[in-house]
Amino acid sequence: MQAFEYIPATTVKEAIAILAREGEQARVLSGGTDLIVQLREGRRKVRAVIDIKQIPEVNELSYDPATGLQIGAAVPCYRIYGSPAIAAAYPGLIDAVSLIGGVQIQGRATLGGNLCNSSPAADSIPALIAHQASALVMGENGERRIPIEEFCIAPGRTQLQRGEILLSIHIPPVSPYSGGAYLRFIPRNEMDIAVVGVGAWVALDQSGTTITAARIALGAVAPTPLYVPESGAGLIGKLVSSETVAEAATIAQAAARPITDMRGSAQQRSHLVGVLTRRALHIALKRAGYKSA
Amino acid sequence: METPVAEQAKATEVSVEERHYNIIGTRPIRHDGADKVTGKALYGADVRLNGMLYGKVLRSPHAHARILSIDVSRALALPGVKAVVTSADLATLDSVVSRVGEGAVNWRYLSNNILASDKVLYHGHAVAAVAATSLNAANEALNLIDVQYEPLPCVITAVQAMRPGAPILLQELRTNELGARGEIPTNIASHDQNMRGDLERGFAEAAVIVEREFTTGIVHQGYIEPHTATAVWGTDDQITIWTSTQGAHDARRQVAEVLQLPVSRIKVIPMEIGGGFGGKTVIYLEPVAALLSWKSGNRPVQVTMSRFEVFAGTGPTSSSVIKVKMGSASDGRITAAQVTMAYAAGAFPGSPVGGAMSVILNAYRMENVQIDGYDVVTNTPRVAAYRAPGGTNAAFASESVIDELACKLGIDPLEMRRINGAKEGDRRVDGPLIRRIGYLETVEKARASAHYQSPLPAPSTPGLKVGRGVASGWWGNWPGGTSSVSVIVNNDGTVNLIEGSTDIGGSRVAMAMQLAETLGLQAADIKPMVVDTDSVGYNDVTAGSRTTYSTGIAVHKAGLSIIQQMRERAAQLWDVESASVDYADGVISSKDNHIGFKELARKVGDGDGNVVASISISPNGDGVALATHIVDVEVDEETGKVQILRYTAVQDVGTAIHPAYVEGQIQGGAAQGIGWALNEEYVYDQQGRLLNGSLLDYSIPTALDLPMIEAVIVEVPNPTHPFGVRGVGEVPIVPPAGAVANAIANATGVRMTVLPMSPQHVLEALWTQGNERV
Repeated sequence: MQAFEYIPATTVKEAIAILAREGEQARVLSGGTDLIVQLREGRRKVRAVIDIKQIPEVNELSYDPATGLQIGAAVPCYRIYGSPAIAAAYPGLIDAVSLIGGVQIQGRATLGGNLCNSSPAADSIPALIAHQASALVMGENGERRIPIEEFCIAPGRTQLQRGEILLSIHIPPVSPYSGGAYLRFIPRNEMDIAVVGVGAWVALDQSGTTITAARIALGAVAPTPLYVPESGAGLIGKLVSSETVAEAATIAQAAARPITDMRGSAQQRSHLVGVLTRRALHIALKRAGYKSA
Repeated sequence: METPVAEQAKATEVSVEERHYNIIGTRPIRHDGADKVTGKALYGADVRLNGMLYGKVLRSPHAHARILSIDVSRALALPGVKAVVTSADLATLDSVVSRVGEGAVNWRYLSNNILASDKVLYHGHAVAAVAATSLNAANEALNLIDVQYEPLPCVITAVQAMRPGAPILLQELRTNELGARGEIPTNIASHDQNMRGDLERGFAEAAVIVEREFTTGIVHQGYIEPHTATAVWGTDDQITIWTSTQGAHDARRQVAEVLQLPVSRIKVIPMEIGGGFGGKTVIYLEPVAALLSWKSGNRPVQVTMSRFEVFAGTGPTSSSVIKVKMGSASDGRITAAQVTMAYAAGAFPGSPVGGAMSVILNAYRMENVQIDGYDVVTNTPRVAAYRAPGGTNAAFASESVIDELACKLGIDPLEMRRINGAKEGDRRVDGPLIRRIGYLETVEKARASAHYQSPLPAPSTPGLKVGRGVASGWWGNWPGGTSSVSVIVNNDGTVNLIEGSTDIGGSRVAMAMQLAETLGLQAADIKPMVVDTDSVGYNDVTAGSRTTYSTGIAVHKAGLSIIQQMRERAAQLWDVESASVDYADGVISSKDNHIGFKELARKVGDGDGNVVASISISPNGDGVALATHIVDVEVDEETGKVQILRYTAVQDVGTAIHPAYVEGQIQGGAAQGIGWALNEEYVYDQQGRLLNGSLLDYSIPTALDLPMIEAVIVEVPNPTHPFGVRGVGEVPIVPPAGAVANAIANATGVRMTVLPMSPQHVLEALWTQGNERV
């Protein structure tokens, strides 16, 4: 590992100042489960590592049924699934945070880090997109809010500009009769990177039979996590049935742009998008209160 | 009273069927257990010496390239760097083949594998090494070594390497074609053949014929502890090496050959070993560390591989392509079998195709058979032994075809194996007559098992498919080699057992138990220790499932010598003829006297001359091992994922010295075989670069991927060992891939012909064979 300067920042302002000064030569450290590995393996070289874990704001985790869920950029996974209220409200998010790495990794890894690392196969991002989450970003010129589906622009690259830092992720409050799910396919049962990941979220009308809103997002089938609005849009106003779910899965499949690599072939991935979208939608529908006949 | 141990000494073969043992078959705590579980045990990388430097190895980024030049000047100028070595520091060795461990090695190739000379032959091939005062400086120095390469086209699989016009790895290589030397440069190192009977007639007699071609990927042993070596080249030119090895004496011999030094100049100190599975029978770092020590002014140098280096730079086992054609009469009798198999050796000749040619059909009586085997060099790491080398892929092919024949004939797959199974007096496909083996016993035990007798479980989720498969495995073991031990009776009545066989799987306790049984003592009375190469006679590697067998025979013989000496001491004490003194269960007695072992040891204490024995033996024995495995799987046909639901491994172990470690070997072998079956495989890009050289991307099963593996011990004692021991470590890895493939076929109707049976490969098979399902 090449030598670097370790800077434990205590305020957002301080972190922003360093990021503005160092640009690409600085990198924010929260859980470090990606960054440290990249530095050790020589895949990333930086002059400064800014530890944000001592900044109070980015460690905040708050949930209010009226306003939604606020996840500070340095909040590790275990705190999210460790909160019964959050787990009950956002089971689709919990699907993702509870399968990132293993238990030890989840003690450190953060959603903020998962987002900023911008891996096409990141587990939390399709779940966040499905839940209509947004990122609160701050720079020298103030705050801005970015929908998660627009946050990643390429493998390892995000919308963050020089001097900008991710403060938190916000997920809107849950509506009644709604539910989410995240499914990932891996060859083993643990400790793997997604061959394909699918996040799904649906809302039903009061009868629990007609879909009023739906969002589908895919992982590991494009250079960035992929929001497929047309897949969800096709479901709106329809009665829940195996056929409608299968149609949404087919639309998702058509949107995927997978490649062949060591984790799977393009053909396999395209096929899995269909299978996982269908399965994730069924779980989301069940969580939304749909009772199959 | 009878003296069974003395009787055994008279005959080379004794009936041990009805023996009763006091110690053997019990489960005492292993002597090294407390240190292991408290973290006190010292492994190779734990060595810390004053002034120690850290070495790192520069490795080839190319799969195949000519080395045009190496400039180390900038690396040497970096502060902290004390030495750099390249192949220029090694003598060019003669191209001579010697036996090393279970296999053979060409010394020139061994040297060229340790540091590449004119060409690099695989991604990860060692090119140079540095020693520096810190690991960071050593790593930085690697970036400053300027190597100019001329990249060459590469071949990754045996099929690619055998094509006419394929890039040639070794210009001097000629095919050994059934004993005759070929004339043209080639990648095919050898072609061997086993045959008997009349194939044409055999296939004509068949009611059903199945013919399939199987391909398998490269897999690594996956031992947890990376290779490591620490060396001091003393100012007296004596070299001391601390390392992790399956055979300290073999490591010494290999270092001596590579450095062109007499063995007496080298002392190898074996540290505790964190797994080997055959992969630590070959040296990589030891001469490099020694040369770095010499060039850095005799400072100690430690070199430890990263996980990537272990994958890319050390020997995995062969990928292969295996064609099997087999015919069976309608009564299930196999009438003919023809096999053609090519194993990829990696950069230098020496794949385990010979072992594979034995494994593939030796469990069965074969009248009409022909097996052709090819050893082929490829631009991948030179293979090393891996647990029953070559066996898993071979049995995957043959056990799949036998299963398919049984299915087509409507015969129960275990009945099919009972009909054709080999037994004492049959002749092996590779020649020798079969002595007492317990193959049919494993088949019967498997058939009677609760697992086989139970119905298949219902799928965990509607739509998933469940299936059951069985497969058998044969492994010859290596009931030979040299083993040397020394035994010292302490004057408190305990006994030191000094051995040189690396303890990988609990062999210290297994040796102590065999000595305790011989002497009529408790295992805790024996103090076993594995010592350095200067302190015990020559020992061959712990490999080939030989240690509990061969070193066990040495231990038993040493015990008999101690018994004889104790009788003589007692005779002196009582002033009687030693012939009138008996020894049984640790009690020495004559007509009027008796005395316990410990008491006598105290009486004849140090002042009267120690009671000691040193034995070196080279048994030319026998100890074939056989196993039959049963597996239930659940297949998700939409994703191709296979879940192992239940696994039972039945094995003839001869006699289980310490049943817990026998079960551990069986479970470990099955677990590794399941990994090979399901997901393990080296993945290369078009340029021959290894893509998945990490434990994240090279998918060894985790605890969540395996059920409890039930080990069922069958004991058909081996008549060539005093306690009936057969080696147990290797054969359990032979059947799993075949068993899993047969279970997948049972679940889905699709025959898998590729390893690993990863989700991608299973999906592809379902897509292509979906219409022709059985």
